[in-house]
Amino acid sequence: MNHAAELPLWAAIAVAAFLVMGAALALIGAIGFFRLATFYERLHAPTLGTSWGTGGVVMASMIFFTMIGGRPVIHEILIGIFISITTPVTLMLLARAALYRDRAENDPLVPPSVASSNFPPADESKS
Amino acid sequence: MSVLPYPLLSASLLLMWMTLNSFSIGHFVLGSIIALFASWAMAALRPHRPRIRRWHLLPQLLGIVLYDIIRSNIAVVSIILTGRTTRRKSDFLTIHLDLKDTTALAILAVILTATPGSAWLEYNSVDGTLLMHVLDLVDDDAWTDLVKNRYEKLLMEIFE
Amino acid sequence: MSVTILYWALTATHVMLSIAMALAVFRMIRGPRAQDRVLGLDTLYVNSMLLLVTFGIGSGRTIYFEAALIIGMLGFVATVALAKFLMRGEVIE
Repeated sequence: MNHAAELPLWAAIAVAAFLVMGAALALIGAIGFFRLATFYERLHAPTLGTSWGTGGVVMASMIFFTMIGGRPVIHEILIGIFISITTPVTLMLLARAALYRDRAENDPLVPPSVASSNFPPADESKS
Repeated sequence: MSVLPYPLLSASLLLMWMTLNSFSIGHFVLGSIIALFASWAMAALRPHRPRIRRWHLLPQLLGIVLYDIIRSNIAVVSIILTGRTTRRKSDFLTIHLDLKDTTALAILAVILTATPGSAWLEYNSVDGTLLMHVLDLVDDDAWTDLVKNRYEKLLMEIFE
Repeated sequence: MSVTILYWALTATHVMLSIAMALAVFRMIRGPRAQDRVLGLDTLYVNSMLLLVTFGIGSGRTIYFEAALIIGMLGFVATVALAKFLMRGEVIE
């Protein structure tokens, strides 16, 4: 940790606060992912870690390397942009896969398809 | 075909190249060449070209989305930590959308899914029906109002 | 003083992210359906990416940033391919 010795106190406090906030959000998201009852509820939990969880850690890293290097270091923001664009795509694809699989088994809790195309017959094996 | 078919894409690629490497003349030239070729490759795919009509409303949309994400982060954290399972009702919700522009619909889908507590599931482009899932569905009308008036109205103003 | 603050913040962060990864692995093992396992994998790689970024702060090197970026990209492609597989039963149609 010797490279952090010349870091001013306010910057250290800011970095620590953003780090702890981001990691706590990621942890709470994982706890929710672990505890919630159905798949469609669990789908909401990881977005805690990917929205402000990632945002907090990325912000801490940006402040830290900017203060250490003495010049603006902003390449970490690419991780934030990348994650905030890709997570909705993966979650939407997973949700549609789950809907497809649940309908193929005639799960009564899942609403009928809103898509206009006819739903193919249920011939998939379970899990 | 014009020399620079997608100016916004080329500019963001150049910016990404320079943030990854360094802000110098050499990387500016190299990044410009890469961005130029990438935009030509994109033009060869001939995707639907998005048209943004009102640029000045984009910062307002960004501000609303960031504020809503913070608010729903707090709401979902309190649901998970207090373990409310009896009163809470999470359910599917069907909304009729008037938005037709594909880019605007994609942005709406990303906004709804990135916000903890709501997820975009399915959309029918023929009659504009959207199926979404909400973690804490207290009031159907409140969520419909949020999607219709807070996001859809602004997106229609920007894109249509 | 600032070294002490950073040290404890980083330790707490590492512990919290490791627990989050363990919970994701547990959900991957327990299931109950295949979509839960894929979502567990997704959560696992996002948390490991955050852990790598905090390693970068701890060591002061930027090499961890590149590893985190690669994990983010490959994890995204892997999750999309798996979701596609769940929907149709095959990746290449």
